Amino acid sequence: MSSDETDDADRAGQHSGPESTTEADSRSAGATAVIAPDIAHSRTEQTVGDRLRTGIRGVGQTCITAGVVILLFVVYELWFTDYVNAGQQKDATNKLEHAWKSGDDPLVGGPGKPGDKVRSIPLGTGIAIIRIPRLGLDYARTVVEGTNTADLDIGPGHYTNSALPGQVGNLAIAGHRVGKGSPFLDLDKLRPGDAIVIETKTSWFTYRVLGDRASGSFTAGTPEGIPGREIVDPSDVKVIAAVPDHPGQSPTRAMITLTTCHPKFSAQQRMVIHGVLVGKPRPRSAGLPSALRSQP
Amino acid sequence: MRAGRSVREGELAVYTWIWRKLPGGIPGKVLGCAILFLAVVALLFYVVFPWVDPRLPFNQVTINQ
Repeated sequence: MSSDETDDADRAGQHSGPESTTEADSRSAGATAVIAPDIAHSRTEQTVGDRLRTGIRGVGQTCITAGVVILLFVVYELWFTDYVNAGQQKDATNKLEHAWKSGDDPLVGGPGKPGDKVRSIPLGTGIAIIRIPRLGLDYARTVVEGTNTADLDIGPGHYTNSALPGQVGNLAIAGHRVGKGSPFLDLDKLRPGDAIVIETKTSWFTYRVLGDRASGSFTAGTPEGIPGREIVDPSDVKVIAAVPDHPGQSPTRAMITLTTCHPKFSAQQRMVIHGVLVGKPRPRSAGLPSALRSQP
Repeated sequence: MRAGRSVREGELAVYTWIWRKLPGGIPGKVLGCAILFLAVVALLFYVVFPWVDPRLPFNQVTINQ
């Protein structure tokens, strides 16, 4: 490239390294025949050196660009997905409350085929509202049916084969820890005895985290030895069995299980909360349950 | 400044090239940079990152085998 050679000659005239010393010596010698080979020799050296520098600059530039993209990705995960999720939650909540007002209950009205044992609810449909007073009296999220990526983008998702609110068995719900609205970010703040209230069209269901409230132990005196909180592997499906941690056993209680990532920014493990239904379902007409009337 | 230098010059040669190609003097170049940056951010936030996100291991919250 002619522009390269022009640059080489240009650089040869500058004091920019060992090559220029050679040039100065050649010029002081005065003979063209001596200068020409020296210029040619130093021009070749410079071309190789320059190519290396260009390569390194290219790498440097790519690294800086990659760094900015990664930084933008962190911003995306920590803030932008929360912003997008706020809109989706609002939509889901509005749809659910509208359905309830018009007499529909997504929990009941699923379009199952004849002969289906379990009515199927379309994935992504809001089915209930989960409230956790420990995380704030105003903490409320619309729970959708399904635990796919698209479902969890909207809010906490109900494992499709698990029990429905109030049913004997295990009502299992998964939720994001960081990002996408971070519904289960502060699940680690839950203590034994804390309430998890599920609101449906007809009733309030108050579940309480297993364990001893006085001592704060998640394992003391719990039914079947099920802990109020445990950290497990992502593949540990027994935590969402009908009787948590006791796969194959027939359920006799209405339990709730919440799953999310652990540690906070990692998907290495899952934090799992277990609770049990306390008291009878409270009709909506009777007003707020006691768990929602005051901050724990 | 020589055109031939653009490839060699500085750590951010692509960016200096973009800067030089933007029209409108300093204010025009600043505005052009802002528009380009916002366009790239929009592309990342609305297209690239949502595509990449479920394929990364950070965000799995379910229990499954």
